[in-house]
Amino acid sequence: MFLAKIYVTYKPSILDPQGEVIKSALHRLDYTDVNSVMQGKYFEIKLEAKDQRTAAKEIEEFSDELLINVNMETFTYKLSEISSVEE
Amino acid sequence: MSIAANPQLKSAEEVKSERIYAQWGLTDQEFKIIENEMGRLPNYTETGLFSAMWSEHASYKKSKPILKTFWSKNERVLQGPGEGAGILDIGDGQAVVFKAESHNHPSQVEPYQGAATGVGGILRDIFSMGAQPIAVLDSLRFSEIKNEQTKSLIDGVIDGIAGYGNAIGIPTVGGDVAFDDAYEGNLLCNVMSIGLLDHQDTIKVGQAHGKDNSVIYVGAKTGRDGINGATFASTEFSSQEESQRSAVQVGDPFMEKLVMDATIKAVREMPEAVIAIQDMGAAGILSSSSEMGEKGGSGIWLDLDKVPVREKGMIPYELMLSESQERMLLVVAQGREKGVIDLYRDAGLDAVVIGKVTDDSRYRLSFQGETVADLDIKLLTKAPSYKLPSKLPVHIKKASQQQYQPKISNPLQIIMQILSQPTISSKKFFYRHFDSMVRTDTVVKPGGDAAVIRIRGTKKALSLTTDVNGRYVYLDPYRGGQMAIAEAARNVVSTGALPIGITDCLNFGNPDNQEVYYELEQSVAGINNFAKQLNTPVVSGNVSLYNETDNRAIYPTPMIGMVGLIRDNRKITTINFKKNGDLIYLIGSTGNDFNGSEIQKLQTGKISGKLFDFDADAELNNQKLILTAIEAGLLKSAHDLSEGGLIVALLESAFETSFAFDANLKLDDAQLFAETNGRFIVTVEPEKEPVFEKMAGDQAELIGRVTDRNHFQIKTDQSSFSIDKEEATKTWKNSIANLME
Amino acid sequence: MKAAVLDFPGSNCDFDMYYALIDFGIDAKIIDARQSNLDDYDAIFLPGGFSYGDYLRAGAIARFAPAMEAVKKAADQGRFVVGICNGFQILTEAGLLPGALRMNAKAGFICDQVLLNVENDNSLFTKNLYRQQLLLPIAHAGGNYYADQETLTKLHANRQIIFTYQDNPNGSIDDIAGIVNEKGNVFGVMPHPERAVDPLLGNIDGRPFFESILQTSGVLN
Repeated sequence: MFLAKIYVTYKPSILDPQGEVIKSALHRLDYTDVNSVMQGKYFEIKLEAKDQRTAAKEIEEFSDELLINVNMETFTYKLSEISSVEE
Repeated sequence: MSIAANPQLKSAEEVKSERIYAQWGLTDQEFKIIENEMGRLPNYTETGLFSAMWSEHASYKKSKPILKTFWSKNERVLQGPGEGAGILDIGDGQAVVFKAESHNHPSQVEPYQGAATGVGGILRDIFSMGAQPIAVLDSLRFSEIKNEQTKSLIDGVIDGIAGYGNAIGIPTVGGDVAFDDAYEGNLLCNVMSIGLLDHQDTIKVGQAHGKDNSVIYVGAKTGRDGINGATFASTEFSSQEESQRSAVQVGDPFMEKLVMDATIKAVREMPEAVIAIQDMGAAGILSSSSEMGEKGGSGIWLDLDKVPVREKGMIPYELMLSESQERMLLVVAQGREKGVIDLYRDAGLDAVVIGKVTDDSRYRLSFQGETVADLDIKLLTKAPSYKLPSKLPVHIKKASQQQYQPKISNPLQIIMQILSQPTISSKKFFYRHFDSMVRTDTVVKPGGDAAVIRIRGTKKALSLTTDVNGRYVYLDPYRGGQMAIAEAARNVVSTGALPIGITDCLNFGNPDNQEVYYELEQSVAGINNFAKQLNTPVVSGNVSLYNETDNRAIYPTPMIGMVGLIRDNRKITTINFKKNGDLIYLIGSTGNDFNGSEIQKLQTGKISGKLFDFDADAELNNQKLILTAIEAGLLKSAHDLSEGGLIVALLESAFETSFAFDANLKLDDAQLFAETNGRFIVTVEPEKEPVFEKMAGDQAELIGRVTDRNHFQIKTDQSSFSIDKEEATKTWKNSIANLME
Repeated sequence: MKAAVLDFPGSNCDFDMYYALIDFGIDAKIIDARQSNLDDYDAIFLPGGFSYGDYLRAGAIARFAPAMEAVKKAADQGRFVVGICNGFQILTEAGLLPGALRMNAKAGFICDQVLLNVENDNSLFTKNLYRQQLLLPIAHAGGNYYADQETLTKLHANRQIIFTYQDNPNGSIDDIAGIVNEKGNVFGVMPHPERAVDPLLGNIDGRPFFESILQTSGVLN
C-alpha cells in the first residue's frame, strides 16, 4: 500500500486570485511582511501497487488526466509506502 | 421493560446525581417532570433526547404562548404554522409554499458555513412539502462596518449565501441589509424561501401515518457535526467561549441539488407511496422522526444500526442529535419502499429503511440489538411551555415624548451624508454575488422594492420581500411590529401585488429578561393587529432567542417575509422613472416624524425618544390607492418611502435610469428626511393626470416632474438647491464598497 | 431541428436552455449525461450550473460523463455543440475548445449584465446578429479565460474569437468571452444568451443568437 501526497498549484505564470485576496487579507491583519500567497489543492491518495515505480507512474498519469488542468496547473507529489489501511 | 445500560456511558443514576442533564440545558424542574412522567429515571440516551427536544430551539417552550396568538387562518390558507412551511392558495390549483428561518448563531461563529447551511435548511423545508423552491431572500443585520472582524463576517455570510444558493440553482432575488452596532457580536442571518406547488393535491406534510409503514433515511451520511446545535442556539454567547465552534455544520449544495430533485420527483411520480417527508434540521433524526410520529398520532421505532454513517463508533446520542446536512426522512407506504429507494439510488443517493411507524405512541430506538430508548412520544415532543413575566423596558418608560428636530443648515451636505450610510446606499456590492436570474423567472431583480418572480405558463407572478426596522421596534415594540409588516406590504404593493401572507423570524435577546419578553409579546401583538387588517395571515415562521453577547441584547428584530400575488404580469411595476416629463406624485402626508429615523442616528449617533405615530387607516388607504391605480394602468413607476424619507425615495427612483427630477415641495428641509409611514412616490403620464387626480383625491399631491437633466432640482418651503446626479449616484453606489475595502 | 440539452448531476440551467429552445420552436429534450448515444440530435447544448459540484475544477469531472464521447462524435461530424458557462468550462476541460477557464481575477461569483462586442459576425452562431454589441447576463465565479500565446495567435488568426467583453468583468485574457473551435461548429461562451430571450424579463439580446443557429441550420431563412 502506498500513500501519495499530491500538491496542485497554478503554474507560476497564472494569476491566482484567491492567493491575492488572502495576501491582502494578511496585510490588513498587519502581516505586511507576507510577499506572496499561492493557494493550491492537496490530495492524500492511498493506492495498491506492486512497487513504488508503478505507483509513481499511475499517480502521474491520473494527476494529468483528472487532478490538474494541464493548461494552467501543475503538481508535485510525495510517495511513501505504508503498512496497512487504518481508517 | 429492560433498557440497555450503555456500559461505557453514564448510568441513569449518574445522569441524575452528577446533573449531566443540566450541562445539556435541562433544568432541575424539567428533569423532575421527566422522571415523574416516565415513572423511572431516563438513561443517558433518553436524557439527551429530552435535552434536545425540550430546548427552546426545538420546542419554542418560552415563545409558544406568544406564537399561539398569531392569526393564521383565512380563505387562502392551505397550511398554517407547525409544518415545514406555510401554504397559500394562489388559484388554478396552484399554491405558494414559504417560510423563513434564522441561522444567526452559526453564522456568527462560522459565517460562510453558517449562512450556507441556513440556505440549505430552508430549501429543505420547502421541498419537504413537495414544492419546487423558486426563490430565496435574505434578511441580514450586521454591526456598523468599522473593523476587519466585521468585514470578514460580512464577506463570509455573503459568500456562504452565494456559495450555496448559486450552486443549487435557486435564485437569490432579494432581501434587506442594515447595519447597527446593536448587532455587534450577534449578526442576524435570516433566510426566506418560496416554493411553488402546481397541484395542491400533492401537498406533503410531516405526519407519519399507518402502522408498519417504513421510515426511510435519504441523503448525506451522518457524522458528528453540529451535535447539540439545537441547544447551542438556545443559549447566550459569551465572547470568551471559543469552544462553541464545534457546533458548526458544513453544507454540500451539490448533494442537496440531487436530494431536492429526487424528492420532488418522488412526490410527483409516487404521491401515494410517499406519505410524509421532513427535513432533518435542528436535532436531526430525533426531531424529524419524533415530530412526524407525534403529529400523525403514531409511534416510531428506529433501528440505529441502519443509519448510514460517515464516522465510526458513533453512540445513539450522537446519531440522534447529529445535524449533518442534506438529509431527509420519509415515511413510505409498506410495500412501496423499493420504488422510492430505487429512485433515490438512481440519483446516486443513499436511501435506507431505518425504522417503522407503530400504533402505540411510543418512541423506541434499537442499537446493537438492544432497546436504548423507550419513551412516550407525546412527552418527548411536548416540552412544558412557560409564560414568562414581562416588563415595560426602562428606556421606553423614560423616553422623551418630543420628536427629535433635525438641524439642517445645508440640505445638500446632509443628503450626501445620508446617501453614504450603508443602510441607505446601494446593496449591489453584496447582491451582485448572488445568481438572481437562474431559472429565468425573475422579472424584478434585486434593487427594487420587492422581487418579482413570474409563474411560467400563467399570467401570475409573485412579489417577495423581507423587512423590519429594528430601531422602530426598539423604541416601541407594538408600533414597530405594525410598521414592519406595513413596510413589507408597501414594498409588495409598489410592484402591483396584493399582499397575501407572511412568514417571520422573531430575533430577540434572552426571554428570561422581562424587558426582552415584553418586546417579544408586544411586537407580535403589533404584527398580528396589522396582519389582520391587511388580510395577510402568518403561515410559518421561526424564533431566534438569546441573541445577546455579554448580556447586551440586539434590537428586537421581528423580520417579516411577505408574499404578494400579481394576477396579470403585464401590470408589474418598478421603482424606476420611465420617461422625461412624467408627473411625480407623493402619496400620503408627511409629519415631523424623526425618532428612530436615519437622520436622528446620523446627527445624534443614536436613536431615542418615543416612536412616531402609525396611522393604520392612512396606510391601508394609500396602499389600496396604489393597487387600484396600477390595476387601471395609471402608474409608470411606484416606490415606497422608508428609511431616509422622501428625498432618498426620489433619488432611488432616478439613480438607475437616464433621468432626473424637478421637485417643488410644500415641506420644510427637515421633512425631506421624515420617516412617516404609509407614503409612496409614483409617476403618471401627463395625459393621465385628470384621471389619476380624480381617483386619488387628496391622498396624492403633485410634487414635480421627471427630467432628462444631469442634476436634481429641489425646492422646499425653506430653500432651493440642486444635486449633481453623477456625484450623488457615485456616493450612493460606492459607499459600501469603500467601507468594505 | 432536434436539440439535446445535457443534464449533468448539478446542472441547473438545463431548464432555462430547454425553455429558450422551445420558445424558438426547436424540438428540444433534456438528456441525462449518463446516456452515451446522441446520434439523433442536430445540436447539443451543455448548460450552465455546477456539474458534480465543480468541486475539483469547474467541468473537470463532467468531461468523463458517458455523453461526452457522443459530444465528441457530434463535434467531429460537424453538428452544433454549444457550451454556456459551465458548459464552456466542460468543453475546454474535454479539449473540444482550446484554453482554460480560471477563477475570476477579482475573486467571487458575479451576477450582472455585461456588454459584449461581436468580434466575428460571420460564425454559425452570430450570422443573424446584425449588430456590433449585445447586453447579456453573466453568472459565474470561474469565467477568467486563459490560453497561451501560441493558442491566442491561432484564435485571432482563424477568427475563432466570437465575443469579447466591453468592460472585462473577470480578467479574461484579451477580454475573451466566447470562442469557437477551428472548424467553427463548437461554441463556448460564459454569458447566458438563454437568459435573455423573454421580453417579460427585460432583455431579449439573446434572441439573435438562437436565430443564427436556426438560420444556419436551414430552419430559418
